[in-house]
Amino acid sequence: MKGVRPADYPPPFSDAEAIGPATDAPDERIDVGILIVGGGPGGLACAVRLGQLLEEHPDLREQLGDVPVAVLEKGKQPGSHLLSGAVMNPRAIRKLFAGRLAIEDMPTYGEVEHEAVYLLTKGSALRIPPPPTMMNRGNWVVSVSELGRFLAEQAEAGGAMILPETAGQKLLVDHGRVAGVRTGDKGRGKDGEPLPNFEPGVDVAARITVLAEGTAGHLTTAAIDHFGLHGRNPQIWALGVKEVWKVPRPLHRIVHTMGWPLRKRARYGEFGGSWIYPMGSEYVSIGFVVGLEYADVELSAHDLLQEFKTHRLVRKILAGGERVAWGAKTITEGGLHSMPSKLNAPGLLLVGEGAGLVNVPRLKGVHYAIESGRLAAETAFAALQRGEVAGRSGALDPYDEALRSSYVWKDLTEVRNMRQAFDKGFYMGGALASAMTVTKGKLPPKDFETHPNAETPLLRTGRATSYPAPDGSYTFDKLSSVFASGNRTRDDQPSHIRVETSVPREVAEMWHWMCPAQVYEVGEENGDGTVQVLVNPSNCVQCGAISAKGGRLTPPEGGSGPEYTVT
Amino acid sequence: MKIAVCVKQVPDATVHKRLDPGTNRLDRSGEGALNATDVNAVEEALRLKEASGGEVVVVSLGPEKAMDSLRKALAMGADRAVLVSDDAAAGSDLVATSRALAKALEREEADLVLFGQQSSDGDGAVLWAAVSDRLRRPMVSQVAELTVDGDAVTGKRQTEFGYDVIAAPLPAVVAVSDAINEPRYPSLKGIMGAKSKPQEVISLSDLGVDPGEVGEAGSRTTVRAVAPPPAKSDQVKIEDDGSGAEKIVDYLAEKRLI
Amino acid sequence: MSTLVFLETHDGEPTKGGLGVLSKAAALGAGEVSAAVLGTGVRDAAAKAGAHGATKVFVVEDDALAPPLPQPRVDALEAVVAESGAENILFAASVLGADIASGLAARLDAGLNWDLTDLRVDGGELVGTRPALGDTVLVEVGWTSTPRIGLVRSGTFDPVESGGTAEVHDVSARFQDFSTQARLVDHLQEESSGPSIEDADVIVAGGRGLGGPEGFSMCEELAAALGGAVAATRAVVDAGWYPYSAQVGQTGKTVSPKLYIALGISGAIQHKVGMQGSGTIVAINKDPNAPIFDFADLGVVGDLAQIAPKLTELLRARQ
Repeated sequence: MKGVRPADYPPPFSDAEAIGPATDAPDERIDVGILIVGGGPGGLACAVRLGQLLEEHPDLREQLGDVPVAVLEKGKQPGSHLLSGAVMNPRAIRKLFAGRLAIEDMPTYGEVEHEAVYLLTKGSALRIPPPPTMMNRGNWVVSVSELGRFLAEQAEAGGAMILPETAGQKLLVDHGRVAGVRTGDKGRGKDGEPLPNFEPGVDVAARITVLAEGTAGHLTTAAIDHFGLHGRNPQIWALGVKEVWKVPRPLHRIVHTMGWPLRKRARYGEFGGSWIYPMGSEYVSIGFVVGLEYADVELSAHDLLQEFKTHRLVRKILAGGERVAWGAKTITEGGLHSMPSKLNAPGLLLVGEGAGLVNVPRLKGVHYAIESGRLAAETAFAALQRGEVAGRSGALDPYDEALRSSYVWKDLTEVRNMRQAFDKGFYMGGALASAMTVTKGKLPPKDFETHPNAETPLLRTGRATSYPAPDGSYTFDKLSSVFASGNRTRDDQPSHIRVETSVPREVAEMWHWMCPAQVYEVGEENGDGTVQVLVNPSNCVQCGAISAKGGRLTPPEGGSGPEYTVT
Repeated sequence: MKIAVCVKQVPDATVHKRLDPGTNRLDRSGEGALNATDVNAVEEALRLKEASGGEVVVVSLGPEKAMDSLRKALAMGADRAVLVSDDAAAGSDLVATSRALAKALEREEADLVLFGQQSSDGDGAVLWAAVSDRLRRPMVSQVAELTVDGDAVTGKRQTEFGYDVIAAPLPAVVAVSDAINEPRYPSLKGIMGAKSKPQEVISLSDLGVDPGEVGEAGSRTTVRAVAPPPAKSDQVKIEDDGSGAEKIVDYLAEKRLI
Repeated sequence: MSTLVFLETHDGEPTKGGLGVLSKAAALGAGEVSAAVLGTGVRDAAAKAGAHGATKVFVVEDDALAPPLPQPRVDALEAVVAESGAENILFAASVLGADIASGLAARLDAGLNWDLTDLRVDGGELVGTRPALGDTVLVEVGWTSTPRIGLVRSGTFDPVESGGTAEVHDVSARFQDFSTQARLVDHLQEESSGPSIEDADVIVAGGRGLGGPEGFSMCEELAAALGGAVAATRAVVDAGWYPYSAQVGQTGKTVSPKLYIALGISGAIQHKVGMQGSGTIVAINKDPNAPIFDFADLGVVGDLAQIAPKLTELLRARQ
C-alpha cells in the first residue's frame, strides 16, 4: 500500500502574504539606506562590512540618510534564535576583521585539537578514520548564539542600527524591484483582533535589501518563488536538536558519530548523525541531526537525541553533568543544485543559509554566511557608489560573480552530490561519498536529483518504543526542553503556523513526533478518515521543520520564540 | 509637569537566572530587561505627559549596561535617561540603594516620581517607601488607577480590604501596580529615535554620595548562605478507592487549611 | 535581644498576620517581646497582644493615624522604637506593613530583610530565611547592624495564644509635615464575586483532564465551597475553555496561595513555575505518571469527575 505523503495536504498559505507593494503613506514609512533581514552571522557580517566601507566614504554614508544600515532581527536580541554545533572555519571571520581584530578577541571555545569519528551500534562504538571532509584541524569551536551577540556589537559600533524584536513580515516589491520590507504587527489577539496596545508594522523602505534569514526563511522562500529563482533541485532540510551540558570532566576532542540510532536501509530515509563538541573545559555541546526526508511517522529528532545519550560513549562524557540549554533548528541540506539559480534580483541580495550555502559533508555553514555577507556588502556598496539605481536589473550581478569565484562555490561544487548519495542508504551512500571525495567531485558524472522532504510516503515501524522515557535529569521531555530554551512566547496572539488541519492520521502523527517543541497534537477524528490537528503555537521554537514537511512557518510577533544564549 | 520614573534592570527571565556562588547575590551577567512593572510605570508616565505635557525622565541605579534597558523606556517615549553607575554601588541593599536613588531624584526635582510596584528579581523590594521617606514627600503605593489634577495626584490604592482613594499634593511619590495599564509596544520610529535622546551616566561623586554609604559597605543586611529548598519530606500519593474525597478533607483539616 | 512587633489593625482588630509574627517572636525566647499598636480606637487590641506573647504593648493614638496609610505610622514607630529600645522590629507582610517597614528602614538607616519564611536566633544574632528566584532556592539572610527590620511573608506563622497580659505604654509621636499630606478621600469595597487569583488564599485550577469547558463548573463549585478563586492552565485557555485572566503559569500569572488544588493538570514546568510557591498543593489526576505528582503535597490518582464533586459536597457539609 502506497504511503500517505504530507505534500498532498498543502498549508493554507499564499506567497501574496509575504510579498506585495508598500501600503504606508510616505510620511509613515521609515527610510533606511541598506536593510538587512536577519541578525545572524550572514546579516551581521554584511552590516559590519558596510560599516567599515561607509566609514571610509562618509559622503556616501551621508547620502544614505539617518540610518545608512539597519538590521531586522525577529528574536529578543541577536543570538536568541541562533543555534548550531559549531565548529567554524575561521577564514571568513578573519577576513572580515582583517587588520582590526584577531580571532582571539572573539568569543570562541578554542581551536580543535583532536577529533574522532565513530560508527555506532546500540552497544558499540567503532572508531573510524575521519572522512577527508571531516578534518577540523585549524577550526574553532564556537557558540553561534554568542557569536551573533558579538557580531551585533561590532555592527553597532560600526554604525548599523540593530532592531531586535522586529519581524520581517512582507517583502515590498514595486514594479519588479525590491523596495524594502514591511515589519510585523504587535499587539494582536488570538483571532487577529487589535488589542489596546496594538502597534502596526511599518514599511521600511531601502535602496537595497539583503535577506539573511537563515534556514526556512519566510521572505526568502517567497522571494525565490516570486522572482523565479528556483534551483535545479528542490531544497531539502535536516532537523538538529541540541543540548549544552555542564560536565564534570573536560572533553578533549570533538566527536562525530554516524549510525545508531538511525537505521541504514534506504527505505527509511534516515540520514544524519551526531556531534559532541567541548566548549572550554566545563561545557559540552551535543546534538543530533536527521534529514527530513525520513519516512517513519514516529521519528522524533528530539527523542533520538535522548536515545543517543543513553549510549555508553555519551554517558562517559555527560554522566554527573547538568543540562543547561536546549534548542532545535533545521539545516538547509540541498547543496549546490538546490541553491537559487541566482542570488540577487533587482534591489535584493540573498546571503548565508537562506541562499543555501551549507556544506553538509563538512558540517560547515557559518563561515559561508560570513563570507557571503561580506561579499554582499561590497557589492551593495559598489553599486551605490557607482550611483547605480539598485533596482536596475543586473545591477547586483557582481555579487553572484564574486560568490562564484570564491572558495564558497568551489567547496560546494566539490560536495554537490554527497548528501544526495545517501538517499541510496548508508553503505551505498558511504561508498559514493568516498568516490566523490577522492575525485574532488568529478565523480559521479551525472548529478543526483532530490525530492522535497514532504513527498516521502510515510510508513510505520513502531519506532517510538525505542525512545527512553524521560527521567528529568539525564533525558528530557519536550515541554521541559522548550522551557529550557527560554521560550516565553506571548500566548494571546494569532497563530503563526500554517498547516492543513484536517489530514490523515499518519500526517498528524508525523507532525506530532517531528516537532521538537510539541506544537502539534492529534485531535478528534473527522469521520472521513482524517483527524483534526491541534496546534500550540506558543511552544514553537521556530526551527522550520514544519516548512519542510508539509506546512509553512511564518514569523510570529517580534520577540517571540526561544531566547538562546549559549547554543 | 516633570515626571521621573525609577526603573530597574533585571536579568532576563530565562532559565539561567541564578545566584552567583561567589557572592551569593543574583548573577546579573547576561542580558537584562526592564523590570516588568517598571514598564507599567513608564507607560503611566507617558500617558500623563500625553494628557498634560511635560517631560518624562527615567532614572536607574546599575551597571553601565543597564543603559540598554533605559533605552527601551526611551523607545516607548520617555525623553531622557539618567543612570547612576558606580562600581562602589554594586551589592547595595535597600537602605543603600534608596540613599543613592533619593540623591539622584533630588537632582531631578520632579513633580511626580513613579515606581513599579514589584521587582521580579527581589520579589517585593519596597524601594518607593524608603525613597519617599528620604525625599520627605507624600507617597501613595499599590495604585491601580492614577489621575493628576493641577497640583495634586489621586490614586486608587488596592489593599486587602478593597480600594482606598488617596489624594496627595505634588510633589509626590507614587508606586503603581501592574493592573494600572497595558504598556505600549515601542514603535519602530521610537526604537530608532531612542539612541539620539539624552542619556546621562553619573557617578556617586556627581551626586555627593560617599562610596562608604552604598554597596556592601553601605548595606545593613547580608546574605549568609544559599541552599536548595529542602525536598518536600511529607509528600503523600494515594490511589482513589472511592474514599479519595474523604481523604482529601481529612488531609486539609489536619493541615488546618479548612 | 528585644523584639518589637508591629500589629496592624483593621477596624480596631489586630490582623492574623501580625499576631502570627508576634507568636513567633515570643517562641524565639530570645528576650523581651513587645508589640506596637497604632491608630485610633485601638486600645482593645492591646489585650490580644498580651495573649499572643507580648509583655509590653506600645500604643500610639492620634488622628493622624486614622487613615490606613503608612507614612504617619513610620513617624509613630520611630517614637516607639526610641522608647522601647528594641533591637528587632518585625512586620507581617501586607500592603500597609511592607510600606511601613521600608519607610522605617530608611528613617532609622536600618537593614530590612523581606519575604522571610523563617526566623531563628544564632549566637545572639537574628537570622532569617527567605526563598528566592521563584522559590527555587532558600537564602539565609542576616543583618549587619541594629535595629534589624524583618518583613515576614504573609501567612507564614500562625497565631498561638499563650495567655498572658501586656503592660500598656502610651507613646506620643511627632508627625513630619510630609507624612500627613496624603489623605484618604474615599473607600470602595470590592464588588467582585470572589477573590482574584492573585489575592486568593485558595485556588482551584483546572487543566486538560477536565475533558471540556463544562468541567470548569466543577472547579467553580469547589472554589466556592472553599472561598477561593478558579485558575486555568495555558492549554485549556488556548482551547477556549476558560478566560486568559485566569491563566496561571510562565506566560500567565504567578500565584502563591495557601492551598492550590490542581484538577486534571499534568504539571508541565510551564505551569509549575506559576504556582510552585503555593503553601500546599493537592493534585487529582488519573495518570499516575503525571509530573505534578513529583511536587504535589497530596497526590490523588483517580477520576476527578468522581472525586471533585464529592469533595465539594463534603466541604459544604462541614460549613
